[in-house]
Amino acid sequence: MFEKSTSESVRSEQTTPERTAPARTAVSIRHLSKSFDGVEVLRDVDLEVREGDVVTILGSSGSGKSTLLRCINWLERPDSGSIHIGGQRIGVNDAGRPMPVRELARVRARTGMVFQSFNLWPHLNVLHNVTEAPIHVLGKSKAEAETHARELLEKVGMSAKADAYPSTLSGGQKQRVAIARALAMQPEVMLFDEPTSALDPELVGEVLAVIRDLSAEGYTMIVVTHEMAFSRAVSDKVVFLDKGLIIEQADPETFFTNPSTERVRKFLEREES
Amino acid sequence: MSNWEILWSARDQFWSGFFSTMEIFGLSISAAFAIGCGMLYLLEGSRPRLTVPLRVFIDGMRMLPFLILAYLLYYGLPAFDIRLDAWWSGVGALAVYHGCYFAEIFRGARLTFPPGQVEAAKAHGFTKGKMFFRLILPQIVMQTRPLLGNQLIYALKDTAFLVIITVQELTAAANSLSGTYFIPTEAFIVVIGFYWAVSVVMEIIIKQCGRFSAKRGFDHV
Repeated sequence: MFEKSTSESVRSEQTTPERTAPARTAVSIRHLSKSFDGVEVLRDVDLEVREGDVVTILGSSGSGKSTLLRCINWLERPDSGSIHIGGQRIGVNDAGRPMPVRELARVRARTGMVFQSFNLWPHLNVLHNVTEAPIHVLGKSKAEAETHARELLEKVGMSAKADAYPSTLSGGQKQRVAIARALAMQPEVMLFDEPTSALDPELVGEVLAVIRDLSAEGYTMIVVTHEMAFSRAVSDKVVFLDKGLIIEQADPETFFTNPSTERVRKFLEREES
Repeated sequence: MSNWEILWSARDQFWSGFFSTMEIFGLSISAAFAIGCGMLYLLEGSRPRLTVPLRVFIDGMRMLPFLILAYLLYYGLPAFDIRLDAWWSGVGALAVYHGCYFAEIFRGARLTFPPGQVEAAKAHGFTKGKMFFRLILPQIVMQTRPLLGNQLIYALKDTAFLVIITVQELTAAANSLSGTYFIPTEAFIVVIGFYWAVSVVMEIIIKQCGRFSAKRGFDHV
Protein backbone atom coordinates (compact mmCIF):
# COMPACT_ATOMS: atom_id res chain seq x y z
CA MET A 1 0.00 0.00 0.00
CA PHE A 2 2.88 2.28 0.82
CA GLU A 3 4.60 1.58 -2.50
CA LYS A 4 1.41 2.15 -4.38
CA SER A 5 0.93 5.58 -2.95
CA THR A 6 4.46 6.67 -3.84
CA SER A 7 4.18 5.46 -7.40
CA GLU A 8 0.86 7.22 -7.86
CA SER A 9 1.71 10.30 -5.91
CA VAL A 10 2.66 12.48 -8.84
CA ARG A 11 -0.38 11.72 -10.95
CA SER A 12 -2.93 11.89 -8.22
CA GLU A 13 -1.61 14.88 -6.39
CA GLN A 14 -4.40 17.22 -7.34
CA THR A 15 -7.35 14.88 -7.29
CA THR A 16 -6.63 13.09 -4.02
CA PRO A 17 -4.47 15.29 -1.87
CA GLU A 18 -4.95 13.20 1.25
CA ARG A 19 -3.16 10.28 -0.31
CA THR A 20 0.08 12.16 -0.62
CA ALA A 21 -0.41 14.33 2.43
CA PRO A 22 1.46 13.33 5.58
CA ALA A 23 -0.25 10.88 7.90
CA ARG A 24 -3.63 12.01 9.21
CA THR A 25 -4.03 13.47 12.65
CA ALA A 26 -5.03 10.87 15.24
CA VAL A 27 -5.33 13.19 18.21
CA SER A 28 -5.48 16.94 18.17
CA ILE A 29 -5.41 18.94 21.38
CA ARG A 30 -6.00 22.68 21.29
CA HIS A 31 -5.69 25.28 24.03
CA LEU A 32 -6.33 22.75 26.76
CA SER A 33 -6.50 24.12 30.30
CA LYS A 34 -7.42 22.43 33.56
CA SER A 35 -7.32 23.47 37.20
CA PHE A 36 -7.86 21.50 40.37
CA ASP A 37 -9.07 23.70 43.23
CA GLY A 38 -7.55 26.81 41.75
CA VAL A 39 -4.23 25.16 40.92
CA GLU A 40 -3.51 25.23 37.20
CA VAL A 41 -2.51 21.75 36.15
CA LEU A 42 -2.60 22.29 32.38
CA ARG A 43 -2.09 25.65 30.74
CA ASP A 44 -3.07 26.19 27.15
CA VAL A 45 -1.66 22.89 25.93
CA ASP A 46 -1.49 22.21 22.19
CA LEU A 47 -0.52 18.81 20.88
CA GLU A 48 -0.86 17.00 17.55
CA VAL A 49 -0.38 13.28 17.27
CA ARG A 50 -0.29 11.83 13.77
CA GLU A 51 -1.52 8.37 12.93
CA GLY A 52 1.14 5.77 13.59
CA ASP A 53 3.20 8.05 15.77
CA VAL A 54 4.47 7.26 19.24
CA VAL A 55 4.53 10.30 21.46
CA THR A 56 6.04 10.05 24.92
CA ILE A 57 5.24 12.64 27.53
CA LEU A 58 7.93 13.34 30.09
CA GLY A 59 8.06 15.64 33.07
CA SER A 60 8.47 15.54 36.81
CA SER A 61 5.70 14.45 39.16
CA GLY A 62 2.88 16.94 39.29
CA SER A 63 3.73 18.45 35.92
CA GLY A 64 0.32 17.51 34.53
CA LYS A 65 1.35 14.55 32.36
CA SER A 66 -1.25 12.13 33.63
CA THR A 67 -3.95 14.79 33.67
CA LEU A 68 -3.24 15.57 30.03
CA LEU A 69 -3.54 11.92 29.12
CA ARG A 70 -6.72 11.48 31.15
CA CYS A 71 -8.31 14.45 29.43
CA ILE A 72 -7.90 12.75 26.08
CA ASN A 73 -10.52 10.11 26.96
CA TRP A 74 -12.44 12.50 29.21
CA LEU A 75 -11.66 10.75 32.48
CA GLU A 76 -10.82 14.31 33.47
CA ARG A 77 -12.90 17.16 32.18
CA PRO A 78 -10.79 20.03 30.91
CA ASP A 79 -11.90 23.55 31.83
CA SER A 80 -11.37 24.86 28.32
CA GLY A 81 -9.92 23.86 25.00
CA SER A 82 -10.78 21.01 22.68
CA ILE A 83 -9.67 17.48 21.96
CA HIS A 84 -10.40 15.65 18.72
CA ILE A 85 -9.88 11.94 18.27
CA GLY A 86 -9.75 10.97 14.61
CA GLY A 87 -11.55 14.21 13.80
CA GLN A 88 -14.34 13.60 16.32
CA ARG A 89 -14.49 16.00 19.22
CA ILE A 90 -14.75 14.32 22.62
CA GLY A 91 -16.86 15.50 25.53
CA VAL A 92 -18.63 18.32 23.77
CA ASN A 93 -21.23 17.91 21.03
CA ASP A 94 -21.78 20.08 17.96
CA ALA A 95 -24.03 22.43 19.88
CA GLY A 96 -21.27 23.08 22.39
CA ARG A 97 -23.07 21.16 25.14
CA PRO A 98 -21.69 18.32 27.25
CA MET A 99 -21.94 15.12 25.27
CA PRO A 100 -24.70 12.64 26.19
CA VAL A 101 -23.19 9.69 28.06
CA ARG A 102 -23.79 7.15 25.30
CA GLU A 103 -22.11 9.31 22.71
CA LEU A 104 -19.23 10.00 25.08
CA ALA A 105 -18.84 6.26 25.65
CA ARG A 106 -18.67 5.71 21.89
CA VAL A 107 -15.90 8.25 21.45
CA ARG A 108 -14.06 6.89 24.47
CA ALA A 109 -14.17 3.45 22.92
CA ARG A 110 -12.04 4.81 20.07
CA THR A 111 -9.18 5.14 22.54
CA GLY A 112 -7.57 2.40 24.58
CA MET A 113 -6.12 3.11 27.97
CA VAL A 114 -3.54 1.30 30.06
CA PHE A 115 -3.30 2.38 33.69
CA GLN A 116 -0.46 2.52 36.14
CA SER A 117 -2.30 0.21 38.52
CA PHE A 118 -3.60 -2.16 35.76
CA ASN A 119 -7.22 -2.02 36.92
CA LEU A 120 -8.11 -5.44 35.62
CA TRP A 121 -11.54 -6.72 36.65
CA PRO A 122 -10.67 -9.36 39.25
CA HIS A 123 -13.87 -11.42 39.00
CA LEU A 124 -13.19 -12.20 35.34
CA ASN A 125 -10.41 -14.44 34.12
CA VAL A 126 -7.76 -13.17 31.72
CA LEU A 127 -9.65 -14.13 28.57
CA HIS A 128 -12.89 -12.59 29.79
CA ASN A 129 -11.14 -9.40 30.85
CA VAL A 130 -10.12 -9.05 27.22
CA THR A 131 -13.48 -10.04 25.70
CA GLU A 132 -15.71 -8.15 28.14
CA ALA A 133 -15.77 -4.78 26.40
CA PRO A 134 -15.74 -6.08 22.80
CA ILE A 135 -18.82 -8.20 23.58
CA HIS A 136 -20.74 -5.81 25.81
CA VAL A 137 -19.68 -2.46 24.37
CA LEU A 138 -18.94 -3.17 20.71
CA GLY A 139 -21.53 -5.92 20.45
CA LYS A 140 -19.21 -8.51 18.97
CA SER A 141 -20.16 -12.17 19.08
CA LYS A 142 -18.57 -14.24 21.81
CA ALA A 143 -16.73 -16.44 19.33
CA GLU A 144 -15.34 -13.53 17.38
CA ALA A 145 -14.27 -11.70 20.53
CA GLU A 146 -12.55 -14.80 21.92
CA THR A 147 -10.65 -15.51 18.73
CA HIS A 148 -9.41 -11.95 18.65
CA ALA A 149 -8.63 -12.02 22.37
CA ARG A 150 -6.51 -15.15 22.00
CA GLU A 151 -4.53 -13.52 19.21
CA LEU A 152 -3.90 -10.48 21.38
CA LEU A 153 -2.93 -12.58 24.39
CA GLU A 154 -0.48 -14.39 22.12
CA LYS A 155 0.92 -11.03 21.06
CA VAL A 156 1.54 -9.93 24.65
CA GLY A 157 2.84 -13.37 25.64
CA MET A 158 -0.04 -14.23 27.94
CA SER A 159 -1.92 -16.95 26.07
CA ALA A 160 -0.85 -19.61 28.56
CA LYS A 161 -2.68 -17.69 31.28
CA ALA A 162 -5.98 -17.21 29.47
CA ASP A 163 -7.92 -19.07 32.17
CA ALA A 164 -6.10 -17.58 35.15
CA TYR A 165 -7.62 -14.94 37.39
CA PRO A 166 -5.87 -11.57 37.78
CA SER A 167 -5.11 -12.11 41.48
CA THR A 168 -2.76 -14.95 40.53
CA LEU A 169 -0.67 -12.87 38.12
CA SER A 170 2.45 -10.79 38.65
CA GLY A 171 2.33 -7.05 38.04
CA GLY A 172 4.05 -7.39 34.69
CA GLN A 173 1.61 -10.09 33.61
CA LYS A 174 -1.36 -8.02 34.73
CA GLN A 175 -0.12 -5.07 32.75
CA ARG A 176 0.35 -7.17 29.63
CA VAL A 177 -3.22 -8.43 29.98
CA ALA A 178 -4.36 -4.83 30.43
CA ILE A 179 -2.62 -3.95 27.17
CA ALA A 180 -4.38 -6.80 25.39
CA ARG A 181 -7.69 -5.68 26.90
CA ALA A 182 -7.23 -2.17 25.54
CA LEU A 183 -6.11 -3.45 22.12
CA ALA A 184 -9.21 -5.63 21.88
CA MET A 185 -11.28 -2.49 21.36
CA GLN A 186 -9.28 -1.83 18.19
CA PRO A 187 -8.65 1.72 19.32
CA GLU A 188 -7.38 4.44 17.06
CA VAL A 189 -4.98 5.56 19.73
CA MET A 190 -3.50 3.83 22.76
CA LEU A 191 -2.99 5.85 25.92
CA PHE A 192 -0.44 4.59 28.44
CA ASP A 193 -0.48 6.23 31.86
CA GLU A 194 2.87 5.38 33.48
CA PRO A 195 2.45 1.72 32.58
CA THR A 196 5.59 0.56 34.41
CA SER A 197 5.61 2.82 37.46
CA ALA A 198 3.88 0.31 39.73
CA LEU A 199 6.10 -2.59 38.70
CA ASP A 200 9.06 -4.23 40.38
CA PRO A 201 12.22 -3.21 38.50
CA GLU A 202 12.74 -6.68 37.05
CA LEU A 203 9.23 -6.72 35.57
CA VAL A 204 9.51 -3.37 33.79
CA GLY A 205 11.34 -4.84 30.82
CA GLU A 206 8.64 -7.32 29.77
CA VAL A 207 6.01 -4.59 29.62
CA LEU A 208 8.21 -2.12 27.77
CA ALA A 209 9.08 -4.85 25.28
CA VAL A 210 5.39 -5.33 24.50
CA ILE A 211 4.86 -1.60 24.01
CA ARG A 212 7.93 -1.43 21.81
CA ASP A 213 6.55 -4.24 19.64
CA LEU A 214 3.28 -2.36 19.27
CA SER A 215 5.12 0.76 18.15
CA ALA A 216 6.84 -1.30 15.48
CA GLU A 217 3.43 -2.50 14.28
CA GLY A 218 2.34 1.05 13.65
CA TYR A 219 -0.05 1.64 16.54
CA THR A 220 -0.64 5.26 17.44
CA MET A 221 0.40 5.67 21.05
CA ILE A 222 0.73 8.36 23.66
CA VAL A 223 2.84 7.22 26.57
CA VAL A 224 3.35 9.01 29.86
CA THR A 225 6.52 7.56 31.32
CA HIS A 226 9.61 8.02 33.43
CA GLU A 227 11.63 5.56 31.37
CA MET A 228 14.09 7.74 29.48
CA ALA A 229 15.87 5.02 27.50
CA PHE A 230 12.52 3.63 26.41
CA SER A 231 11.25 7.05 25.41
CA ARG A 232 14.34 7.66 23.36
CA ALA A 233 14.08 4.29 21.64
CA VAL A 234 10.42 4.25 20.63
CA SER A 235 9.28 7.86 20.27
CA ASP A 236 8.59 9.77 17.13
CA LYS A 237 8.10 12.80 19.30
CA VAL A 238 8.99 13.60 22.89
CA VAL A 239 6.94 16.15 24.78
CA PHE A 240 8.12 17.73 28.01
CA LEU A 241 5.60 19.16 30.45
CA ASP A 242 6.57 21.54 33.21
CA LYS A 243 4.00 23.04 35.56
CA GLY A 244 1.26 22.38 33.06
CA LEU A 245 3.04 23.89 30.08
CA ILE A 246 4.57 22.07 27.15
CA ILE A 247 8.01 23.64 27.20
CA GLU A 248 9.66 21.33 24.71
CA GLN A 249 8.48 19.16 21.81
CA ALA A 250 11.06 17.48 19.66
CA ASP A 251 12.16 14.30 17.97
CA PRO A 252 13.95 12.05 20.49
CA GLU A 253 17.42 12.66 19.10
CA THR A 254 17.14 16.42 19.48
CA PHE A 255 15.34 16.16 22.78
CA PHE A 256 17.88 13.96 24.47
CA THR A 257 21.08 15.34 22.96
CA ASN A 258 20.33 18.96 22.35
CA PRO A 259 17.32 20.23 24.28
CA SER A 260 16.55 23.88 23.78
CA THR A 261 15.50 24.71 27.32
CA GLU A 262 17.53 24.83 30.48
CA ARG A 263 14.71 23.09 32.37
CA VAL A 264 14.90 19.97 30.18
CA ARG A 265 18.69 19.95 30.32
CA LYS A 266 18.53 19.91 34.12
CA PHE A 267 15.85 17.21 34.08
CA LEU A 268 17.94 14.97 31.84
CA GLU A 269 21.08 15.52 33.91
CA ARG A 270 19.25 14.49 37.04
CA GLU A 271 17.90 11.38 35.36
CA GLU A 272 21.37 10.33 34.22
CA SER A 273 23.00 10.78 37.60
CA MET B 1 -49.56 -41.83 73.78
CA SER B 2 -46.42 -39.86 74.65
CA ASN B 3 -46.08 -36.20 73.76
CA TRP B 4 -43.64 -37.04 70.97
CA GLU B 5 -46.08 -39.55 69.53
CA ILE B 6 -48.76 -36.89 69.48
CA LEU B 7 -46.46 -34.61 67.55
CA TRP B 8 -45.53 -37.40 65.16
CA SER B 9 -49.16 -38.03 64.39
CA ALA B 10 -49.57 -34.32 63.69
CA ARG B 11 -46.47 -34.20 61.48
CA ASP B 12 -48.43 -33.05 58.45
CA GLN B 13 -49.14 -29.82 60.22
CA PHE B 14 -45.39 -29.24 60.79
CA TRP B 15 -44.59 -30.04 57.20
CA SER B 16 -47.17 -27.71 55.84
CA GLY B 17 -45.93 -24.98 58.20
CA PHE B 18 -42.37 -25.68 57.15
CA PHE B 19 -43.13 -25.48 53.44
CA SER B 20 -45.07 -22.31 54.01
CA THR B 21 -42.10 -20.81 55.86
CA MET B 22 -39.72 -21.84 53.10
CA GLU B 23 -42.01 -20.40 50.47
CA ILE B 24 -42.25 -17.08 52.29
CA PHE B 25 -38.54 -17.06 52.99
CA GLY B 26 -37.51 -17.94 49.41
CA LEU B 27 -39.80 -15.41 47.82
CA SER B 28 -39.11 -12.56 50.20
CA ILE B 29 -35.37 -13.04 50.28
CA SER B 30 -35.18 -13.09 46.47
CA ALA B 31 -37.20 -9.91 46.33
CA ALA B 32 -35.06 -8.40 49.09
CA PHE B 33 -31.91 -9.18 47.13
CA ALA B 34 -33.34 -7.53 44.04
CA ILE B 35 -34.45 -4.52 46.08
CA GLY B 36 -30.98 -4.24 47.61
CA CYS B 37 -29.32 -4.36 44.17
CA GLY B 38 -31.80 -1.87 42.77
CA MET B 39 -31.22 0.55 45.63
CA LEU B 40 -27.46 0.27 45.23
CA TYR B 41 -27.87 1.10 41.54
CA LEU B 42 -30.00 4.14 42.34
CA LEU B 43 -27.37 5.26 44.85
CA GLU B 44 -24.71 5.10 42.11
CA GLY B 45 -25.52 8.46 40.62
CA SER B 46 -24.68 11.74 42.22
CA ARG B 47 -28.24 13.05 42.25
CA PRO B 48 -28.93 14.17 45.82
CA ARG B 49 -32.64 14.55 45.10
CA LEU B 50 -32.77 10.78 44.72
CA THR B 51 -29.97 9.56 46.93
CA VAL B 52 -30.78 11.56 50.07
CA PRO B 53 -34.40 10.33 50.42
CA LEU B 54 -33.24 6.82 49.59
CA ARG B 55 -30.60 6.86 52.31
CA VAL B 56 -33.15 8.20 54.79
CA PHE B 57 -35.57 5.42 53.82
CA ILE B 58 -32.92 2.72 54.19
CA ASP B 59 -31.84 4.01 57.58
CA GLY B 60 -35.45 4.41 58.66
CA MET B 61 -36.13 0.76 57.87
CA ARG B 62 -33.03 -0.45 59.65
CA MET B 63 -34.05 1.42 62.78
CA LEU B 64 -37.56 -0.01 62.78
CA PRO B 65 -38.48 -3.22 64.62
CA PHE B 66 -39.53 -5.74 61.99
CA LEU B 67 -42.77 -6.61 63.75
CA ILE B 68 -43.92 -2.99 63.59
CA LEU B 69 -43.42 -2.99 59.83
CA ALA B 70 -45.41 -6.21 59.50
CA TYR B 71 -48.18 -4.69 61.62
CA LEU B 72 -48.15 -1.53 59.51
CA LEU B 73 -48.56 -3.43 56.28
CA TYR B 74 -51.25 -5.73 57.60
CA TYR B 75 -53.27 -3.44 59.87
CA GLY B 76 -52.20 0.02 58.69
CA LEU B 77 -52.48 -0.15 54.91
CA PRO B 78 -56.27 -0.76 54.82
CA ALA B 79 -56.61 2.81 56.10
CA PHE B 80 -55.27 3.83 52.68
CA ASP B 81 -57.58 1.37 50.94
CA ILE B 82 -54.76 -1.04 50.23
CA ARG B 83 -55.66 -4.48 51.48
CA LEU B 84 -53.05 -7.20 51.51
CA ASP B 85 -53.81 -10.57 53.02
CA ALA B 86 -51.60 -11.77 55.86
CA TRP B 87 -49.38 -13.82 53.59
CA TRP B 88 -48.59 -11.00 51.17
CA SER B 89 -48.21 -8.50 53.99
CA GLY B 90 -45.61 -10.79 55.53
CA VAL B 91 -43.73 -11.36 52.29
CA GLY B 92 -43.83 -7.66 51.48
CA ALA B 93 -42.61 -6.62 54.92
CA LEU B 94 -39.74 -9.11 54.83
CA ALA B 95 -38.73 -8.10 51.30
CA VAL B 96 -38.63 -4.37 52.00
CA TYR B 97 -37.06 -4.69 55.44
CA HIS B 98 -34.28 -7.02 54.44
CA GLY B 99 -33.92 -5.30 51.08
CA CYS B 100 -32.85 -2.23 53.00
CA TYR B 101 -30.34 -4.27 54.98
CA PHE B 102 -28.98 -5.73 51.75
CA ALA B 103 -28.70 -2.23 50.30
CA GLU B 104 -26.77 -1.07 53.33
CA ILE B 105 -24.41 -4.03 53.17
CA PHE B 106 -23.82 -3.41 49.46
CA ARG B 107 -23.37 0.31 50.00
CA GLY B 108 -20.61 -0.29 52.52
CA ALA B 109 -18.75 -2.47 50.04
CA ARG B 110 -19.35 -0.02 47.22
CA LEU B 111 -17.59 2.71 49.20
CA THR B 112 -14.37 0.73 49.13
CA PHE B 113 -14.72 -0.42 45.51
CA PRO B 114 -11.52 0.46 43.63
CA PRO B 115 -12.22 3.59 41.56
CA GLY B 116 -9.57 2.51 39.06
CA GLN B 117 -11.81 -0.33 37.92
CA VAL B 118 -14.62 2.10 37.22
CA GLU B 119 -12.21 4.27 35.24
CA ALA B 120 -11.06 1.25 33.29
CA ALA B 121 -14.68 0.46 32.47
CA LYS B 122 -15.36 4.02 31.32
CA ALA B 123 -12.17 4.05 29.27
CA HIS B 124 -13.42 0.91 27.51
CA GLY B 125 -16.66 2.59 26.57
CA PHE B 126 -18.94 1.16 29.26
CA THR B 127 -22.01 3.13 30.21
CA LYS B 128 -23.43 3.18 33.72
CA GLY B 129 -25.91 0.31 33.55
CA LYS B 130 -23.68 -2.30 31.98
CA MET B 131 -20.76 -1.27 34.13
CA PHE B 132 -22.89 -1.68 37.24
CA PHE B 133 -24.43 -5.03 36.45
CA ARG B 134 -21.44 -6.67 34.80
CA LEU B 135 -18.46 -5.27 36.67
CA ILE B 136 -19.45 -3.67 39.96
CA LEU B 137 -22.36 -5.73 41.30
CA PRO B 138 -20.82 -9.21 40.84
CA GLN B 139 -17.76 -8.13 42.77
CA ILE B 140 -19.80 -6.47 45.51
CA VAL B 141 -21.85 -9.64 45.97
CA MET B 142 -18.74 -11.83 46.16
CA GLN B 143 -17.11 -9.47 48.58
CA THR B 144 -20.10 -9.25 50.93
CA ARG B 145 -20.92 -12.97 50.84
CA PRO B 146 -20.37 -13.65 54.57
CA LEU B 147 -22.55 -10.68 55.54
CA LEU B 148 -25.25 -11.79 53.12
CA GLY B 149 -25.20 -15.24 54.69
CA ASN B 150 -25.73 -13.67 58.08
CA GLN B 151 -28.60 -11.59 56.74
CA LEU B 152 -30.28 -14.69 55.28
CA ILE B 153 -30.37 -16.23 58.75
CA TYR B 154 -31.85 -13.05 60.21
CA ALA B 155 -34.51 -13.10 57.52
CA LEU B 156 -35.31 -16.74 58.19
CA LYS B 157 -35.81 -16.01 61.88
CA ASP B 158 -37.93 -12.97 61.12
CA THR B 159 -40.42 -15.17 59.26
CA ALA B 160 -41.44 -16.46 62.71
CA PHE B 161 -42.84 -13.04 63.58
CA LEU B 162 -45.49 -13.50 60.93
CA VAL B 163 -47.40 -15.84 63.21
CA ILE B 164 -48.57 -12.67 64.95
CA ILE B 165 -50.30 -11.41 61.81
CA THR B 166 -51.87 -14.87 61.41
CA VAL B 167 -49.68 -16.30 58.68
CA GLN B 168 -49.84 -20.11 58.83
CA GLU B 169 -46.13 -20.86 58.88
CA LEU B 170 -43.86 -23.10 60.94
CA THR B 171 -44.06 -21.24 64.24
CA ALA B 172 -47.84 -20.98 63.83
CA ALA B 173 -47.99 -24.76 63.44
CA ALA B 174 -46.05 -25.29 66.66
CA ASN B 175 -48.16 -22.71 68.40
CA SER B 176 -51.38 -24.35 67.39
CA LEU B 177 -50.21 -27.86 68.34
CA SER B 178 -48.96 -26.71 71.71
CA GLY B 179 -52.26 -25.02 72.32
CA THR B 180 -54.33 -28.00 71.24
CA TYR B 181 -52.42 -30.70 73.19
CA PHE B 182 -50.70 -28.62 75.92
CA ILE B 183 -47.22 -29.73 74.91
CA PRO B 184 -45.37 -26.45 74.31
CA THR B 185 -41.85 -27.70 75.09
CA GLU B 186 -41.83 -30.55 72.61
CA ALA B 187 -43.63 -28.56 69.92
CA PHE B 188 -41.17 -25.71 70.07
CA ILE B 189 -38.17 -28.02 70.23
CA VAL B 190 -39.32 -29.48 66.93
CA VAL B 191 -39.51 -26.10 65.22
CA ILE B 192 -36.13 -25.12 66.62
CA GLY B 193 -34.82 -28.22 64.88
CA PHE B 194 -36.36 -27.05 61.61
CA TYR B 195 -34.90 -23.55 61.87
CA TRP B 196 -31.50 -24.91 62.81
CA ALA B 197 -31.50 -27.40 59.96
CA VAL B 198 -32.34 -24.73 57.39
CA SER B 199 -29.71 -22.38 58.83
CA VAL B 200 -27.03 -25.03 58.76
CA VAL B 201 -27.81 -25.89 55.15
CA MET B 202 -27.66 -22.20 54.22
CA GLU B 203 -24.34 -21.81 56.00
CA ILE B 204 -22.91 -24.70 54.03
CA ILE B 205 -24.19 -23.32 50.72
CA ILE B 206 -22.84 -19.83 51.45
CA LYS B 207 -19.52 -21.33 52.44
CA GLN B 208 -19.38 -23.33 49.21
CA CYS B 209 -20.07 -20.14 47.25
CA GLY B 210 -16.96 -18.78 48.95
CA ARG B 211 -14.83 -21.13 46.90
CA PHE B 212 -16.06 -19.42 43.77
CA SER B 213 -14.96 -16.02 45.03
CA ALA B 214 -11.77 -17.32 46.67
CA LYS B 215 -10.65 -18.57 43.26
CA ARG B 216 -10.93 -14.98 42.09
CA GLY B 217 -8.93 -13.68 45.02
CA PHE B 218 -11.85 -12.22 46.94
CA ASP B 219 -11.47 -14.07 50.19
CA HIS B 220 -9.89 -17.08 51.70
CA VAL B 221 -12.02 -20.07 52.53
